[in-house]
Amino acid sequence: MTTWSFFADHRAEILAATLDHLALVVIAMIIAILIGVPLGMFIVQRPALRTIALGIASIFQTIPSLALFGFLIPIPYIGGIGKRTATVALVLYALLPILRNTYVGLTGIDPTVLEAAEAMGMTRTQILFRVRFPLALAVILAGIRTATIITIGVATIAAAIGAGGLGTFIFRGVALVSDALILAGAIPAALLALLADFLLGLLERRLKVY
Amino acid sequence: MNMKTQLCPKKMIEFRGVSFHINDILARAIVSGISLEIPQGETLVLLGRSGSGKTTLLKLMNGMLLPTKGEIFVQDRSTTAWDPIRLRRGIGYVIQDAGLFPHFTVAENIGLVPSLKSWEASRTAARVDEMLQLVGLAPREFSHRRPRELSGGQRQRVGVARALAADPPILLMDEPFGALDPVTRTELQREFSALARRLGKTIVFVTHDLREALLLASRIVLLEAGHIVASATPQDFLRLEHPEVRAFTASLAVNPGAPA
Repeated sequence: MTTWSFFADHRAEILAATLDHLALVVIAMIIAILIGVPLGMFIVQRPALRTIALGIASIFQTIPSLALFGFLIPIPYIGGIGKRTATVALVLYALLPILRNTYVGLTGIDPTVLEAAEAMGMTRTQILFRVRFPLALAVILAGIRTATIITIGVATIAAAIGAGGLGTFIFRGVALVSDALILAGAIPAALLALLADFLLGLLERRLKVY
Repeated sequence: MNMKTQLCPKKMIEFRGVSFHINDILARAIVSGISLEIPQGETLVLLGRSGSGKTTLLKLMNGMLLPTKGEIFVQDRSTTAWDPIRLRRGIGYVIQDAGLFPHFTVAENIGLVPSLKSWEASRTAARVDEMLQLVGLAPREFSHRRPRELSGGQRQRVGVARALAADPPILLMDEPFGALDPVTRTELQREFSALARRLGKTIVFVTHDLREALLLASRIVLLEAGHIVASATPQDFLRLEHPEVRAFTASLAVNPGAPA
């Protein structure tokens, strides 16, 4: 009862925090896609860079999220307290699934199709954009889907460095030992994640027509 | 055309002392000592067991592989001197599983090389319809389908249509009918045999099936472990005494009950 009445009394704040959270995730995801997909396409053409790029992206994933936020604070330009630092950290987290799936998708094409493309006189760039990329799209999107769900969760921790969002309720709830406050952050975050998973899953299935 | 080209058809492809090695520590030779002339209009069948180097020879002709030793001349120019992209756009290529682009429609698959050569859309569309009719598929019914909506035989017909779309003088075919059921295979072999005679293209056809070779070839070249061991017209081929030839002709005789 207390939780419900808390939700009812603070629905405007919860909604505002949810939108705040969503904005943080969407901006981070757009940047991560704009970096991850072209980088994935680039390392297909330059196999020497593959290990380095995937290695660096993996290292960021292994750093505990709270520590990563902490590490970024003292760094000039991208660091400090607030949304900018949080966005950088979220981008670094989202990068690996996007980069890895882009690479796997682009290299996992039926070899007879690639042989035909080469034999017909397509250039490497034409093969990349007209054959590899469209055929890899469903796999790339699966990576974006994974990254989005991770980012929605990790973004709650961004409140620790003053980035706002649903994490604000959770941290305050932990400090005040209030289940209602924790749930006010956790439930909308979980619903966002489920919704994103569902919608991106729908899109992914529509792309898998071949 | 002048008299000279009619009397003595010019050679389209020529191998001069060609070897190809895999670039590893052992430097194993895949093919070696290959010298071969393929005149214009010939249907040359490269016959041999798996691993005898047939596909390697084919890939040497369109510059997908470059020779370790010797030279291959296509229309009097070495494959190392050709721009590989231009060379390949002038050579049709058909492979076993057709290798159609699954995300393209039949029409887009067939129209690919013309579009790469920046033909006008209307010219490409007319050519696509013409090619579909040529391989026995009704344009209205098939041009908007995707490869997964075709049977194996239909896919292979589209593969042939795609290879012919930009009207290349040379056609390379790597076991194009190998994955089809026997009935469809025989059907396509017969149709293609007639088509090949009509088109007058220079065709190099790879197979391990002697029956197919006898049906299609104007000349059969037999490969064994990377070497040419026999070269003859289909009629003469059956009379050769080379043990590898005997091995292939024996393969015809072991199942006399099988339909021709």
